[in-house]
Amino acid sequence: MPHIAIHAVDYTILIVYFGFVLGIGWALKRYMKTSTDFFLSGRSIPAWVSGLAFISANLGAQEVIGMGASGAKYGIATSHFYWVGAIPAMVFVGVFMMPFYYGSRARSVPEYLKLRYDEKTRGLNAISFAVMTIFSSGISLYAMGLLLETLLGWDFSFSVLISAVIVLGYTFLGGLTSAIYNEVLQFFLIVMGFLPLVALGLKDAGGWSGLQGRLHLVATARGFAAGAFTHSWAYLGSASSNPLGVEWFGMVMGLGFVLSFGYWCTDFLVVQRAMASNSMSAARRTPLIAAIPKMFFPFLVILPGMIAIGLTQQAGQSGFALPAKPDGTLNYDMAIPLMLGHYFPSGMLGIGLAALMASFMSGMAGNVTAFNTVWTYDIYQSYIRRNESDQHYLWMGRMSTIFGIAASVLAAYVATQFNNIMDMLQLVFAFVNAPLFATFLLGMFWKRATGHGAFSGLLAGTAAAALHHGLTLPAHATPGIRGGWLGGIFGIVHHYPSEMAQNFWTAIYAWTICFVVTIVVSLATRPRPERELVGLVYSLTERPHDEHEPWYKRPAVLGVIVLTMTLVLNIIFW
Amino acid sequence: MGLDIRIPIGLLFGLLGLLLVGYGVLGDPAIYQRSLGININLDWGAVMGAFGLTMWIFGRRRRG
Repeated sequence: MPHIAIHAVDYTILIVYFGFVLGIGWALKRYMKTSTDFFLSGRSIPAWVSGLAFISANLGAQEVIGMGASGAKYGIATSHFYWVGAIPAMVFVGVFMMPFYYGSRARSVPEYLKLRYDEKTRGLNAISFAVMTIFSSGISLYAMGLLLETLLGWDFSFSVLISAVIVLGYTFLGGLTSAIYNEVLQFFLIVMGFLPLVALGLKDAGGWSGLQGRLHLVATARGFAAGAFTHSWAYLGSASSNPLGVEWFGMVMGLGFVLSFGYWCTDFLVVQRAMASNSMSAARRTPLIAAIPKMFFPFLVILPGMIAIGLTQQAGQSGFALPAKPDGTLNYDMAIPLMLGHYFPSGMLGIGLAALMASFMSGMAGNVTAFNTVWTYDIYQSYIRRNESDQHYLWMGRMSTIFGIAASVLAAYVATQFNNIMDMLQLVFAFVNAPLFATFLLGMFWKRATGHGAFSGLLAGTAAAALHHGLTLPAHATPGIRGGWLGGIFGIVHHYPSEMAQNFWTAIYAWTICFVVTIVVSLATRPRPERELVGLVYSLTERPHDEHEPWYKRPAVLGVIVLTMTLVLNIIFW
Repeated sequence: MGLDIRIPIGLLFGLLGLLLVGYGVLGDPAIYQRSLGININLDWGAVMGAFGLTMWIFGRRRRG
């Protein structure tokens, strides 16, 4: 693959952008006086800023590139990851769960678990989360180094080290506020950088109708009905009739319920953004404000992938096509980066590259700011040095930022040596995360749930995920990292039509086992006195009152609007 | 927190917009063959600059 040539104007744009990124960190430095300023932005962020940061922290480059690749592989059905797999959970966390996160004054998600359940449940969650954020941040770095090497011919080590230094610069200086502000900047940069790409691609493909015609050819060439790439629901009746290889029940329950609620409602990386906002009302509106741009992201990140595969099937006037990898399959992952290089002249190309690099870095900064908070509050302050001054914890926050970034760089280099280690770690994280939402749901809405119940439920759910993965295998896969690794002992119990179907069902089993075990063990152990649970459990907490607020500031009203808009999008692309 | 984020957003996009517009006016028009004959630097640079200006005005006004 030839490298994309970039010129002085593109370098200037990159330098201006990263100058601003560091400048924001520098300007915020003088406001970082207490640990609350550093880890929680002093709880002072307005709702629209925390809302944009809420989606931006999740919009890492793996997401941008991965969703583009999925758009090329699966067509518009990829939008289920947004319209089913994100929006409903974002509405739920804003309307129902934020009163407990924000109202309990917990400083982190693990700390909520400590207040609601007990020390061991917090410890389990804090340690697994801390390890996970370091590796996610390392994977982000690794992916960026690799992409810039293939795309621009930049040296891997140069890309990794310079972005680590930039992220270190602004998170060390300005803490969470700096990360949040830069996420907002990145949000606008991604929108500004990708919108013209979509417009040019669509024009090249002959507009929406020209693209549809091409995608019909793509679908039939792969043995599906003509509409399989342009309809999101119509072919989900059976796993074999749509490119995703899943049927609607597994998709809605596995993706839409377990995985989506598990991520958006319990992952401190996103919840931290809402916790930093300046009032209970703003905290509750954060995910709802985030949901509005989120529902339109498919047009920004999935559509380019669909355009790329459409043009590969039948060329447009500019001759864009996806290249093949050495093994003969199409290089889906390069869909968006290659389109940037193909359609953007120097100038706009600088903007597109800045947007791409910004999203890698803010994905990394999100992980680092979540890591330093959980490390300092939930591990260091809880288990290592308990009664130190606030200045000491602020210092520890800065030190753990340096440590977190150094460890990410190390993880990125480990990934270059042992690619399988990263796949394996992500698998283990999936096992740990899958049951988590059951623990929070029972904790917030059932006052009888106990610490012993939650802890044993989490362990049982994780074990169930591992067991299910070890006993089942997706089609066309050999036992190993893709599943079936217990097959040698017990035999393969079930074959799934696709890896995605297997993932969704792993999550469903893990969640159900955790839910049942938590209830059974809770009923067998002593409940906590009700007075200790005020502010932590739904039935014992006063509802936040917002009747006096105008409609656009009321979470329930916003939630209904968001869900209605999402429903309309689903119907349009049915 | 003391710094209104709209100010840096406004300055950044204003500056980037100006840069693109300038490059679109002065640069070699042959490069726009890639972007299907559209001078995307000029057109989109103007949009980005206008966005930056709007953000900056709102940020200044709030500070008052």
